[in-house]
Amino acid sequence: MTQSVVVQVGQCGNQIGCCFWDLALREHAAVNQQGIYDEAISSFFRNVDTRVVGDGGSISKGKICSLKARAVLIDMEEGVVNEILQGPLRDVFDSKQLITDISGSGNNWAVGHKVFGSLYREQILEKLRKSAEHCDCLQCFFIIHSMGGGTGSGLGTFLLKVLEDEFPEVYRFVTSVYPSAEDDVITSPYNSILAMKELNEHADCVLPIDNQSLFDIISKIDLMVNSGKLGTTIKAKSLVTSSAGAVKKRHQKPFDAMNNIVANLLLNLTSSARFEGSLNMDLNEISMNLVPFPQLHYLVSSLTPLYTLADVNIPTRRLDQMFSDAFSKDHQLIRADPKHSLYLACALMVRGNVQVSDLRRNIERLKPSLRFISWNQEGWKTSLCSVPPVGHSHSLLALANNTCVKPTFMELRDRFTRLYKKKAHLHHYLQIEGMEESCFMEAVSSLSRLIEEYNQLDATKSMPVEDLPRLSIAM
Amino acid sequence: MSVVTVQLGQCGNQIGFEVFDALYSDSHCPQGLCSKRENEAYQASSKERFFSEEENGVPIARAVLVDMEPKVINQTLSKAAQSGQWKYAQHSCFCQKEGSGNNWAYGYSVHGPRHEESIMNLIQKEVEKCDSLSGFFIIMSMAGGTGSGLGAFVTQNLQDQYSNSLKMNQIIWPYGTGEVIVQNYNSVLTLSHLYRSSDALLVHENDAVHKICAKLMNIKQISFSDINQVLAHQLGSVFQPTYSVEGSCHYRRNPLGDLMENLVPHPEFKMLGIRNIPQMSENSLTYSTFTWAGLLKHLRQMLISNSKMEEGINWQIRPPLPGLPTLGKVSLNRELHFNTSIANLVILRGKDVHSADLGGFKDPALYTSWLEPIDAFNVWKTQRAFSKYEKSAALVSNSQFLLKPLDTIVGKAWNMFASKAYIHQYTKFGIEEEDFLDSFTLLEQIFHLKQLFKKRSQGSLGGAAVWRLPLAQGAILETQD
Repeated sequence: MTQSVVVQVGQCGNQIGCCFWDLALREHAAVNQQGIYDEAISSFFRNVDTRVVGDGGSISKGKICSLKARAVLIDMEEGVVNEILQGPLRDVFDSKQLITDISGSGNNWAVGHKVFGSLYREQILEKLRKSAEHCDCLQCFFIIHSMGGGTGSGLGTFLLKVLEDEFPEVYRFVTSVYPSAEDDVITSPYNSILAMKELNEHADCVLPIDNQSLFDIISKIDLMVNSGKLGTTIKAKSLVTSSAGAVKKRHQKPFDAMNNIVANLLLNLTSSARFEGSLNMDLNEISMNLVPFPQLHYLVSSLTPLYTLADVNIPTRRLDQMFSDAFSKDHQLIRADPKHSLYLACALMVRGNVQVSDLRRNIERLKPSLRFISWNQEGWKTSLCSVPPVGHSHSLLALANNTCVKPTFMELRDRFTRLYKKKAHLHHYLQIEGMEESCFMEAVSSLSRLIEEYNQLDATKSMPVEDLPRLSIAM
Repeated sequence: MSVVTVQLGQCGNQIGFEVFDALYSDSHCPQGLCSKRENEAYQASSKERFFSEEENGVPIARAVLVDMEPKVINQTLSKAAQSGQWKYAQHSCFCQKEGSGNNWAYGYSVHGPRHEESIMNLIQKEVEKCDSLSGFFIIMSMAGGTGSGLGAFVTQNLQDQYSNSLKMNQIIWPYGTGEVIVQNYNSVLTLSHLYRSSDALLVHENDAVHKICAKLMNIKQISFSDINQVLAHQLGSVFQPTYSVEGSCHYRRNPLGDLMENLVPHPEFKMLGIRNIPQMSENSLTYSTFTWAGLLKHLRQMLISNSKMEEGINWQIRPPLPGLPTLGKVSLNRELHFNTSIANLVILRGKDVHSADLGGFKDPALYTSWLEPIDAFNVWKTQRAFSKYEKSAALVSNSQFLLKPLDTIVGKAWNMFASKAYIHQYTKFGIEEEDFLDSFTLLEQIFHLKQLFKKRSQGSLGGAAVWRLPLAQGAILETQD
């Protein structure tokens, strides 16, 4: 069994990370009733004997003593991290695995990337090495950050290069929160475009998220909860947004509900690697199956169900509904339209009491309405994990590599261009040592090249699917 | 003689467990329908082949379990131990921490060489436990990374290290609509490599077994467990003991050797398939009775119409008649869909097995022209019933049946290869584009060779044509059941 390390950068990254660890603890508590430190838990947590001072406290087997998250928390302001360390999860984090500063990055990618990057490079490396040493077999780094700000965006992507150089064999999965059009940070287009270049070049896999989609999901759930439409009650624990049953009851902060959705995404992504099932899917299989060309590693995710009704006995029809929902725009974590674009590949990660015949039936049913690229007409990767998430009897995470991300990127580029044309706020960036206008130009070209690759694939959409002539053998 | 099983990857290990369980359950099934002495001889023969003895009497499967990540092996070991009746040897497992990521190249080029010594040592230990080795049975899937890539590597090693022993690979043909996106690449690479190093490939298609579960076993929510159990039942019906020439209480000693001898007359044609009849849920079984005539008639038609189960058989398909011109489009169609065999082996188990008439399988029309039916067809029998079926028949055939699925897989892989999609994942670990081209070339050659099946010399059995005419008329008048 392998381990993963979560690196949460910036305010957004740390807030999401916090929800993630909370949910992870709850999930493992629900599954692991006897409190034995097993391989599933070890994928994200260390077992530490807190009586031992210094480093020697790791316990690899036996009863759980004290769980420590395999995490590195980075923020250039202290506010968020301090709050975490004073909150109910304070014991889960190793106080030595933090890097903080006071002044913040001022929503400036260049400050995050160039200034803090060089300032904290050694410290970052040291913390990462430490966390790697604590792992038996480190498989993946999960980086959580936002694209629109300064720390998450700048320092978060600086981190990618460091990871690539220092740990070339370890996967880099990035969860990136993209700014919506109505984002209140004026310079977010600059930050995002500069960060995109780094994601293009140094990430193995990116899961783009946007706040608007998360917000829409919450509105939908609230509607269901308040309308009492179907006459039955919704199980509180099953809300994909809920912290019900959390370590300690606290007021749900404004972004908590949204962050919980992302936390669920990460847990479901790794469930088949941690828990048993009849068709396992490890993290390296995600990259293998969903990334046909190195640059095209942006995956659209959708989660179902968003809530479960109180009755436990789920008839087949509702199971099928779960599959249909996964392909509905209401359940996506990013605004995009995959059904009208081209699928390059699609993964269905199912949890709970779902069998291969349910999978096959639904794939057959949904296939005709989806357009797959000519050379991957049956581009489905599936996995079945026996352990359902907390509060549900089954769930489905769909990951799609689809050309529908192209409009999102084009829109980002447009917002950037509008700002850049006027040279608005540019001086904040250019005054940083190492930043020149060419950095911006390179970043835009990188994005344009990516968009062009998607364009070329889209062009094949209208072409008929033909079999290519085969090798002719002289016998 | 004993068979050493090597179970590779999630699929291989999950199936392996079901196979040993089926073999054990059948051996200890109380409804053997034969004398006590015969039953004991059957049990002893089966045990020698597949199990070795431990001090406290619990049989240990003659198996080596290999996987690159620990979850499945742990599950498999505990399931076997839980049964309380047989188990796997604790130290016969080889496990790593990180899987092959569905990457054939990773399984073949990275895991293979890295763990070669450890795995071959484990196999050697298992071989040493055998008094006499019949050969190796390697269970693997084609779609993933470990079973396929590491499986190909291990098979090659077995060929080098145990050149005098036989190797039969049980390969699982994946579902047509993806389990794994790169399954066609992995399958092409696996098949081309196994073709060079294995002695026989026993193929099971997931789609076919799935249909059996749905239509014959009436299972509503089909799990991989169900599929594997059907598969294990089919394998058991082939691998359990049958009489040798001397007759009852004397069982054949060399299962793999005998299978190869009967079914692989030519090294270029080594893909085999199993059909089994009857196959049904236990509930239905209690209400059914069968005759050998009925069973064999269905089995024969299943063979020639390339049906994998006894439901939905196309009775319109007939063997072509040599020496006569094809009469119109309809007959041509029947001939095109007719499944010609290179060799067939029928295995009969149960009551009144000696009364079964196998004439239908000796018909030269079923076979290619270059092998006489007397060489192409064999039958094995035992009075001892298999797994609660009063009468059961299995057919192992070396026939055209895999041409179409092979063509489909090669076609899809070729289309994907032309776009170069995913190739960077393979070149990262040492499998280059030339390696892909080599594999495609080899498979296209097999495909062309197998096309030779269809070219049968006309009129070579002049006398037989007259004899067959009444039979042909009778066939047209026959109604389907």
